[in-house]
Amino acid sequence: MRNIRFREALREAMIEEMERDDRVFLMGEEVGHYQGAYKVSEGMLEKFGEKRVIDTPIAEGGFAGIGVGAAMVGLRPIIEFMTWNFSAVAFDQILNNAAKVRQMSGGQLTCPIVFRGPNGSARQVGSQHSHSMEHFYATVPGLKLVAPSFPADAKGLMKAAIRDDNPVLVMESETLYGVKGDVPDDQDAIPLGKAAVVREGKDVTIVAYSRMTHVALEAAAALEKDGISAEIVDLRSLRPLDEDTIVASVQKTHRCVVVHEGWPYGGVGAEVSDRVQRLAFDALDAPILRVTTWDVPMPYNAKLELACLPQPDRVVAAVKQLVRRAQG
Amino acid sequence: MDTAVVSETDPDVMLFRVLRDDGTADPGVDHGMTDAVALRAYFEMRRLRALDARMILLQRQGRVGFYGAATGQEAVPIASGLALAKQDWVFPALREQSVMLVRGYPLRDYIGQVFGNAADNLKGRQPPSHQAGKAVHQVSWSPVIGPQIPQAVGAAMAMRMAKRRPHEIAVGYCGDGATSQPDFHAAMNFAGVFKAPVVIICQNNHWSISVPTAKQTASRTIAIKARAYGMPGVRVDGNDVLAVYKVLRDAFACARSGGGPTFVEAVTYRMGAHTTSDDPKLYRSDSEVEAWAKKDPIDRLRRYLEARGLMDDARDTKLEADASAEIVSIIREVEELAAPSLASMFDDVYAELPWNLREQKAALESGPRAPKH
Repeated sequence: MRNIRFREALREAMIEEMERDDRVFLMGEEVGHYQGAYKVSEGMLEKFGEKRVIDTPIAEGGFAGIGVGAAMVGLRPIIEFMTWNFSAVAFDQILNNAAKVRQMSGGQLTCPIVFRGPNGSARQVGSQHSHSMEHFYATVPGLKLVAPSFPADAKGLMKAAIRDDNPVLVMESETLYGVKGDVPDDQDAIPLGKAAVVREGKDVTIVAYSRMTHVALEAAAALEKDGISAEIVDLRSLRPLDEDTIVASVQKTHRCVVVHEGWPYGGVGAEVSDRVQRLAFDALDAPILRVTTWDVPMPYNAKLELACLPQPDRVVAAVKQLVRRAQG
Repeated sequence: MDTAVVSETDPDVMLFRVLRDDGTADPGVDHGMTDAVALRAYFEMRRLRALDARMILLQRQGRVGFYGAATGQEAVPIASGLALAKQDWVFPALREQSVMLVRGYPLRDYIGQVFGNAADNLKGRQPPSHQAGKAVHQVSWSPVIGPQIPQAVGAAMAMRMAKRRPHEIAVGYCGDGATSQPDFHAAMNFAGVFKAPVVIICQNNHWSISVPTAKQTASRTIAIKARAYGMPGVRVDGNDVLAVYKVLRDAFACARSGGGPTFVEAVTYRMGAHTTSDDPKLYRSDSEVEAWAKKDPIDRLRRYLEARGLMDDARDTKLEADASAEIVSIIREVEELAAPSLASMFDDVYAELPWNLREQKAALESGPRAPKH
């Protein structure tokens, strides 16, 4: 067991998979000579050379398409978006091509590709740079999507993503890259589509992923002091969604709060809420609440931004609202 | 294009031609097309024209939902199919679907795709004119204009990354309209920067639905755009199958030998509607269409074959009749086949059938029936 940073875990996963399979390569802006905009790919150019760690011109739509074409003829590209915000100009290649190649060719062609990069807010980078893009992509059949919260999951899910025969989107977080965590020496691929209960509790289920799992953990610690026991389900995979783990937890706690970055209209929180009300209706003692970014473009000012994002106190308030309601 | 500044001797606008108006080939050019290949090209172009005409007829009769014909533009796809090697990969746009027919894809499977039923290898998932055949290295394409061009470049780059594939190349197609798309720019830029073994072919057929080329670009020609990306741009008479064959063979050989990408503008004309959803009489003149009819690529090749004693009326009539009979016989065989099974819509969304689709498949099979319409 080693205590390593999130970015190191991602890097180890990519290196190990590139050593394991010579069809895997990394492509994106600044991934090579600059060692990655967030140093995720540090040292990889030196290790694998320019044929497998490829710096590209600035054209996300372009290199997303390059990746899709390379995947269609048998390679396994890892395409880094400097941030997922920039994938907006590559949306067509992901939505209409990567996600549909297998289906529209009647199963003849495949597109085993990983798109990855940081997602969500990143401290004062403004509205165009703070999007939670998972809410768009998680709706698309043909794609898989993971958003790990801890280094071990980052490594295991990245390895699984690279080995998967479908297009997989790995959504990281700029604010998590420096976070350390224990990673087993032999950390292998973690199956896609499996959530993890990262804190056991009995009064409420808090569903979260990526950075919001850490916010949920802080909230749970505060609730503990008030005698409220929160269970936290870290989704890890947003598509496929592990509804069994969510439902089992809610059947135990009878209350559910979903916490995510991004807007409250539709999205992952709405999806989880639908499944819980449908599959655990009789177990619920209170409505399902969502704690999200407010329904506005992200402000730049630090105080406004903090107020815009889900914080532990908002999660605590939501949980207390449910508990009070249930106590009548 | 502003014709006032176009001159035949200006290298930026010069059009490469081999077939002359009298049906002979320019003796100054080694076009490399043997008589056997020329006859094959004629057969393929003839059959494609007959196929397109029949499919449009079926669409008018309500037997096919949609069709996009290549009428008047047969020279580029057919010459491409003849000039490519078996291992090469094709990333087509709408008017190059037939490249796969030249490379061994069965006509029955091609027509089966148009009907989208049990005869369709794509299982009824894509509209007609959206073919794919992995066995002949031709990929699916998205009708959102342009995405196949960077994909072709990516496939070409992949071939140089993969150790065992040093002799493969990729070819990507687009129309004049697609040159306005960011994907075109990105593809040309990446092809140039990475010296990818790719040939990008633009069929300039003068019309993007109702928009003329002059409203797509202020460039004097489309071929000239290649210069900005650091690669050769060739402007070829797209209705001259010998010239297209020569240009493509040279470009493919260059890519294959490590010489990098080539961009080809094939100047041609869309004789029919954009698709069966379009009426070109609304935006272009009959006289323009009539002028291009005189430059028909099949007629020009026929004159060449006649001059060489390889074709005459009797042979041509038989060829036409045989092609039509084959098409009609296949239509008769496949048209009434059953639709793909309803549950098959859940297949191939992922490599495996995930639990949620397994549940939806069961719900579809046990739930209320969809209207028959």
